[in-house]
Amino acid sequence: MNYFFVLTLTGVAAGMIYAALALALVLVWRATRVVNFAQGAMAMATTYVALAVIQATGNYWFGFVAALAAGMIMGAVAERGIVRWVENGPPLNAVILTLGLLLILEAVVPMIWGAQIRSFPAPFSIAALEVGTAFIPLSPFNIFTIGVVLLVMVALLVLFRFTGLGLSMRAAAFAPEIARLLGVRVGRLLTFGWGLATVAGALAGLLVAPTLLLYPNNMDAILVYGFTAAVLGGLDSPIGALVCGLSMGLALSFIGGYLGPDLETAGALVILIAILMVRPQGLFVHSAERRV
Amino acid sequence: MLEVDGLSVSYGGVSALDGVSLRIPDNGITAVLGPNGAGKSTLIRAIAGLVRPRAGRVLYGGRLLTGMSPEAIVRAGISMVPEGGGIIRELTVEENLRLAHLWRRDRADLRKALDEVMALFPPLAARRHLPANSLSGGERQMLAVGRALMSRADLLLLDEPSLGLAPKLVSLIMRTVHDLRAQRGLSVLLVEQNARSALSIADEALLLSSGRTVASRRAGELAHEEELWHAYLGY
Repeated sequence: MNYFFVLTLTGVAAGMIYAALALALVLVWRATRVVNFAQGAMAMATTYVALAVIQATGNYWFGFVAALAAGMIMGAVAERGIVRWVENGPPLNAVILTLGLLLILEAVVPMIWGAQIRSFPAPFSIAALEVGTAFIPLSPFNIFTIGVVLLVMVALLVLFRFTGLGLSMRAAAFAPEIARLLGVRVGRLLTFGWGLATVAGALAGLLVAPTLLLYPNNMDAILVYGFTAAVLGGLDSPIGALVCGLSMGLALSFIGGYLGPDLETAGALVILIAILMVRPQGLFVHSAERRV
Repeated sequence: MLEVDGLSVSYGGVSALDGVSLRIPDNGITAVLGPNGAGKSTLIRAIAGLVRPRAGRVLYGGRLLTGMSPEAIVRAGISMVPEGGGIIRELTVEENLRLAHLWRRDRADLRKALDEVMALFPPLAARRHLPANSLSGGERQMLAVGRALMSRADLLLLDEPSLGLAPKLVSLIMRTVHDLRAQRGLSVLLVEQNARSALSIADEALLLSSGRTVASRRAGELAHEEELWHAYLGY
């Protein structure tokens, strides 16, 4: 099997996970103009919820649904309970608060579930597919990962483009005061936006854990890659999150494969700096005034 | 009937509006005139729920609006057009219009309301699916007024609808407001710097200066009080 082909497939599978986390960051940014540095830690916490439910019920899918539901609740509570209080203050306040939330989650989760590294089940095999005598470096779980992230993407696209709720959410993001004058309950939509974002983050957590295992800071590196992808996409664009998440996955896979795995994290930063020097507003933002 | 009683608003300790009262009977048009910084926009923003008054109250149809959120005040039947129109440039013309009707959750009526606005402002129909930022200044004001009508409000709060428009468009907007009152039984609070055109369609007029009421008259009478004009409007 061609080494390039192997790296490409691994990169796509990893990139889908970065895309899911980037998507979470983009949804939060669109709703409240806050970069949520706790997004990865929230995903870690919801994955622990999933593990607890899977162990209690013996059914992966109950855990899967529980993690997404926990994400919706955790996101909504974080917005209503924490971010809402500083929304009129300097933007840095909210960012510091999300960093605080990150630290709290990474401290509280091991108090509940312990700090040891846990294995996490996958709903499908994580062994490479065998076609005839050849191995394709893509497992059924990788295919599930790609499919479910694409599905979420399409669902969000339909939500934003074709539903009244999506129209209200866009209006609330672009012009909150005007939206309120038109009867849009902006406050509720911000809460819902955080909930939705954290569901996307929870999905990333579920998809990471079978291969990277589960421990209290298992999402830290994913947050860095997802954040880089979100910024590259312009922070405002769900499509940008997908494309840049995928590109990050591919780029890191090639860097790791050809230059050495130690360079992956540094590679992400080099990509971030290089692209921001050329296009500081991100790759998927059209109007100049929406610069990040 | 809109009743504003002794409304006072301060921004960080600085008084912007001081004890202003006014009445708009159903199907009436009241003009609020005054120079820049007189408190006209503050008055309209306080009625719409965007700023909290320090004192005084606002009643609409006997119902207390003071303390209600802007989104609740829309549901009470009051629709505001902010200065400059406040159209959402990132959305299409039709999305801007649909947005204002969403809270009613009535798809059949949404289509009807859209058709009515398109019939009222034909230029909007031609640009229906274009982004709102592709509109000209006059078209933006049409979109803003049309959007306010989408919520099926019975009181419109218009903040300087003629600002920055060519005289021909100003008279078009004024005529539209006048016709809407006649045809749909709307009441209108019209905040304007362009006193002459506002007085031409208003029943009552209020002249504000430095947050206080200087004069409150029948519009026809104020139109002839030239010394007031000179003193407060500068022409």
